[in-house]
Amino acid sequence: MSTDVTVETLGGERMKLNMGPHHPATHGVLRLMVETDGEIVAKAVPDHGFLHRSIEKIGECVEWPMFVPYTDRIDYVCAMNANLAYCVAVEKLLNTDPATAVQVPLRAECIRIIVAELNRISSHLVAVGAMSMDLGAYTPFLHGIAQRETVNDIFEKLCGQRLTYNFVTIGGVAFDLHKGAEAEITAFLDAFEKEMIRFNKLITANTIFRDRCAGVAAISAADAVAYGLVGPNLRGSGVDWDIRRDEPYGIYDRLAVRVPVGQGFAGRNGRVGDCYDRFVVRLLEINESVRLVREALKMLPAPVEKKTDATGGYQADVAKQLRKPPKGEVRVRTEAPRGEMGYVIVSDGSKTPYRVRCRTGSFTACSIFQKLMRGIFMADIVTVIGSFDIVVPEIDR
Amino acid sequence: MSTALAFAAIAEQVKSAHPSVEARESDNRQPWLLVPAADLPAVARLLRDAPALRFDSLADLTGWDLAKFPATPPSTDIAVAYYLHSLAHRHHLTLKVMAPRDAAQVPSVSGVWAVANYFEREVYDLLGVAFTGHPNLKRIMCPDDWIGHPLRKDYVYPQAYNGIAHLRDGQHFEDAPPRVGDPPPAPAAAAPAKPPVKSA
Repeated sequence: MSTDVTVETLGGERMKLNMGPHHPATHGVLRLMVETDGEIVAKAVPDHGFLHRSIEKIGECVEWPMFVPYTDRIDYVCAMNANLAYCVAVEKLLNTDPATAVQVPLRAECIRIIVAELNRISSHLVAVGAMSMDLGAYTPFLHGIAQRETVNDIFEKLCGQRLTYNFVTIGGVAFDLHKGAEAEITAFLDAFEKEMIRFNKLITANTIFRDRCAGVAAISAADAVAYGLVGPNLRGSGVDWDIRRDEPYGIYDRLAVRVPVGQGFAGRNGRVGDCYDRFVVRLLEINESVRLVREALKMLPAPVEKKTDATGGYQADVAKQLRKPPKGEVRVRTEAPRGEMGYVIVSDGSKTPYRVRCRTGSFTACSIFQKLMRGIFMADIVTVIGSFDIVVPEIDR
Repeated sequence: MSTALAFAAIAEQVKSAHPSVEARESDNRQPWLLVPAADLPAVARLLRDAPALRFDSLADLTGWDLAKFPATPPSTDIAVAYYLHSLAHRHHLTLKVMAPRDAAQVPSVSGVWAVANYFEREVYDLLGVAFTGHPNLKRIMCPDDWIGHPLRKDYVYPQAYNGIAHLRDGQHFEDAPPRVGDPPPAPAAAAPAKPPVKSA
């Protein structure tokens, strides 16, 4: 929505307002120190750190495999992707020396894709559901959460957990698929695709919702890159970049990853990179994930008795390598639902990491808040926060 | 029509403009460029603006304390690492600046890549590297009145924060490094000593 009123023309008395840390629309404990001029936001300064648990310091105190459960807590909305990012990084470190090289079984790689993409679906459902809930539409959130329950049921059968899975391990996955898992997942996907048509009719095509988001907080492609936006937030601004396709890890190079980007989907009032574009890009990515899960299910080799088997196994033996990994450092980028989850891992050759650094999408997304929120309407603050899909434990770690 | 450059070609271009820059390799053969702190802003601008390089994105900025890293001779530096990526040409580069531990100062690059503002605040908070020229160098994760920089290898775990004890009476972490105010180890026969909990 455009307005002739700007922060410069008003110049009246300003009001200071604390939004959060317990505001429901901040999706956790994020505090915004807002300065308003009537209905217009003159300044909004984010205050971080309420959820800081020093996860990177913990990484220096535990052994290599013991850090995997902590990665769940970095981003609990997509814990599978968080596990995967760390495990891929440690495997890359081991593979820098032929003496400690590890070959992840093909079946494990397929299972990883299946769980990562299913988790991406459920994470994006929370994102689009919560954003519409923040704008006053409660029903779509419940529809999204109902679908997410099915994913959680599948994961619970797979590894016993519904939120923090600790499922992907260094060298493979913790358990093989349970009996009948393929049929369950296929049945879910079939039902889910029909449900998404209903979901889109309910909220995506809703005129009130679309007009609330159209043109709000549009970010140019250059700004999006400079401020380190990643994932759907970057693609919402029309930048064609997806790590799964452009720097593939695991077996993503054998899958056809298609990358949806923002195009000003809101129509008349819409602009490329506005809140509606970020919302729609997530919905398009859900469709892509559905397709990727189906592709990975087709590639899945038959299970064999021996779990370390290079094709049909699900867990390579890495215990020996992890006691004496190569000395040095690696950096790995993976595509989590909230964008790049990158690890820098430094090893001094011992059984404990020397330094574990996790770069997350929500942290850098917050760096643009101050610039973006100047001059928007008070009511649009929640639209902007919702459209970025921030998860606070990921910011504060 | 790939315009991506390999590490050697990028290093050559940077070194021709700034002879003080050195190409190095980590122990597991990951290449990086060592940049003297004073040259960092100029090198960063060159990397971002040169048409053949165009590193438009700072993918990550982090650091680690080398105090306990096995090397000969042992280092007394904090490594600050910049992971650059070019969306235009799709190539990568790692830069490192070595900042001495006791006077860790590095020029800020937040004027070159806007996202560096947040990354540098995090490195300042957790490792105690002061970024000169940063517009708002404040702690971002720990509270403003926190003492010490947790990711330094000689970090001393605090007993209490603002008068709130971190451990209950008689409780202590067996493997935790010695804390300020810890009593000397008691003889084995004596009753287990209660570590006194003092306010900061």
